[in-house]
Amino acid sequence: MAVKKISKIQPEKFEFNKKNKETADSIIKNYPSGKQQSAVMALLYLAQKQNDNWIPLSAMKYIAKYLDMPYIKVYEVATFYSMYNLTPVGKYFFQVCTTTPCMLRGAYNLVDVCKRKISEEENRLSDDGKTSWLEVECLGACVNAPMLQLNEDYYEDLDPTKLEQIIDKISNDEVPRPGSYRGRLSSEPENTRKTLIGNKNA
Amino acid sequence: MLEDKDRIFQNLYNDFGADLASAKQRGDWKDTKEICGKGREWIISEIKLSELRGRGGAGFPTGLKWSFAPKEVGSRPHYLVINADESEPGTCKDRDILRFEPHKLIEGCLIASYAVNAHKCYIYIRGEYFNEGQKLQTAIDEAYKDGLLGKNSAGTDWELDIYIHYGAGAYICGEETALLESIEGKKGQPRLKPPFPALIGLYGCPTIINNVETISVVPTILRRGGKWFSSLGRPKNTGSKIYCISGNVNNPCNVEEEMGIPLKELIEKHAGGVIGGWDNLKAVIPGGSSMPLLPKETCETIKMDFDACVENKTGLGTAGIVVINKDQDIIKCMARIARFYKHESCGQCTPCREGSGWMWRMLERMAKGEATRDEVDMLLDVTKQIEGHTICAFGEGSSWPVQGLIRNFKDEIIERNKFDPIVKKQKDIPYLVDQHLLEKENA
Repeated sequence: MAVKKISKIQPEKFEFNKKNKETADSIIKNYPSGKQQSAVMALLYLAQKQNDNWIPLSAMKYIAKYLDMPYIKVYEVATFYSMYNLTPVGKYFFQVCTTTPCMLRGAYNLVDVCKRKISEEENRLSDDGKTSWLEVECLGACVNAPMLQLNEDYYEDLDPTKLEQIIDKISNDEVPRPGSYRGRLSSEPENTRKTLIGNKNA
Repeated sequence: MLEDKDRIFQNLYNDFGADLASAKQRGDWKDTKEICGKGREWIISEIKLSELRGRGGAGFPTGLKWSFAPKEVGSRPHYLVINADESEPGTCKDRDILRFEPHKLIEGCLIASYAVNAHKCYIYIRGEYFNEGQKLQTAIDEAYKDGLLGKNSAGTDWELDIYIHYGAGAYICGEETALLESIEGKKGQPRLKPPFPALIGLYGCPTIINNVETISVVPTILRRGGKWFSSLGRPKNTGSKIYCISGNVNNPCNVEEEMGIPLKELIEKHAGGVIGGWDNLKAVIPGGSSMPLLPKETCETIKMDFDACVENKTGLGTAGIVVINKDQDIIKCMARIARFYKHESCGQCTPCREGSGWMWRMLERMAKGEATRDEVDMLLDVTKQIEGHTICAFGEGSSWPVQGLIRNFKDEIIERNKFDPIVKKQKDIPYLVDQHLLEKENA
């Protein structure tokens, strides 16, 4: 169970903007009538996106009213799942996977780069206030290890130098292209592909 | 080795594109109407004939699971739920299906929904796979537009709606009942079984839950016949499977191969061999991090299917093969896995919540050589106290890898942590003596 800290600085008020309200209403329609509570995870995610990548308590209260459910139930969900940030994170949020398959391929070297180039500690904003980083558990791209997630995109097959270049670009507000950094298009074996040969470059 | 024409996932490496037109060219959505026209009993019996076992880790026969759904729809609607919450370390097969073969999944959803009388299907995708989810949503939209979903899906006269539900980074939501709790908008803590979800599942209604890969192979099985599928592999372990080979290999990759392919062939042929040569191999985790590791001697001969793995005191799991070579510190690797489980325990059952932390801390000390000799047995004792004492299989999943480590590398752990325990030297100081270890004497 993830340990979650609630931010000390909390905005007074939160409300969905018009576009998110429409999205929220269409998400609620995905579930049977009377089961609108099911939409809580999606709505929390919307709130997080709207509020610079973190969820204030006022948003939880707002969502509780929106879905007609107890505030504590929303709070429970927000603290249970690890993808909800309850304190401000950087505009560019690096999540480095360090679980064993990535670790075997040198994920901790990436962590060292993050410590050096972003901030000494996890979840602390960099000096320019734009980036922060976090060590996370398996992101499900083990074949393309080591990898990290930057906001919503996966950056795969990394090594320390390439990560340094990515961070340099980010500090100039330039988002580098996601995907493999060894030129792979998917999870196919490099060089030695033995299967589906007839399909290659179809 | 499986021939290319027998591979189900022709677009595993995205050679063609994932859109509907190219999916149709590969044979998806062909004769879906005729397949459903043959009736529920035929579909279920054909899947039973194919001996397809669930690809999510437990290996439960799919046809049998479907037959548990009530034959007639009563007052409660039926649901089909697809488990795409792929978070097992070492596994990344579902991700490729979601991005490159979404139409196989959607067609499978239609056939499975028809077979279990469900009009609504939820696909639970882990939150991190946001882009993959968007690709699947595009494919679903395409299918709606083409009349393959919605009212009268693909001309079958069956109404089906598919919705995507995103998770938010909880490994435990891959457990089927936790997944249902999560869809209901609660925290993902597993439910007690029975009642099984097939009778009381999502919103208290009959629910069938299947893994992405299981559902995606269904249309091909029905098109080519259950006999064809069961001719691959060996009885009870039939068909093909996507293996994910990661860790210390030269070319980590996903590959679809026949069930029962030798592990050595997978590593040497498809993944380009172990880094530093086969002799540099230390151990292999054969089925995602929950399964006990195998020492090198077993890796020489073991065949990768459900039963052969069980015979070797491990499990096929999700077929996420993690190769560890001699350059790595095996105790550290396992300590990292223990940390994963400590982080992901949902906190519902005490043995798992507390025990996963104990195991992690003990292994961390053992990796540094700060533990005593007796603690190795104590660690094994802790794993035994977690295993079987929890609501869901997470307890087994977290303790098996540690048991595997102790079973195969006990000498190495003791070599590093060999100083004599304080118990023997200073037996008379009661607070230095672990009473737990003295239990037999006291009894």
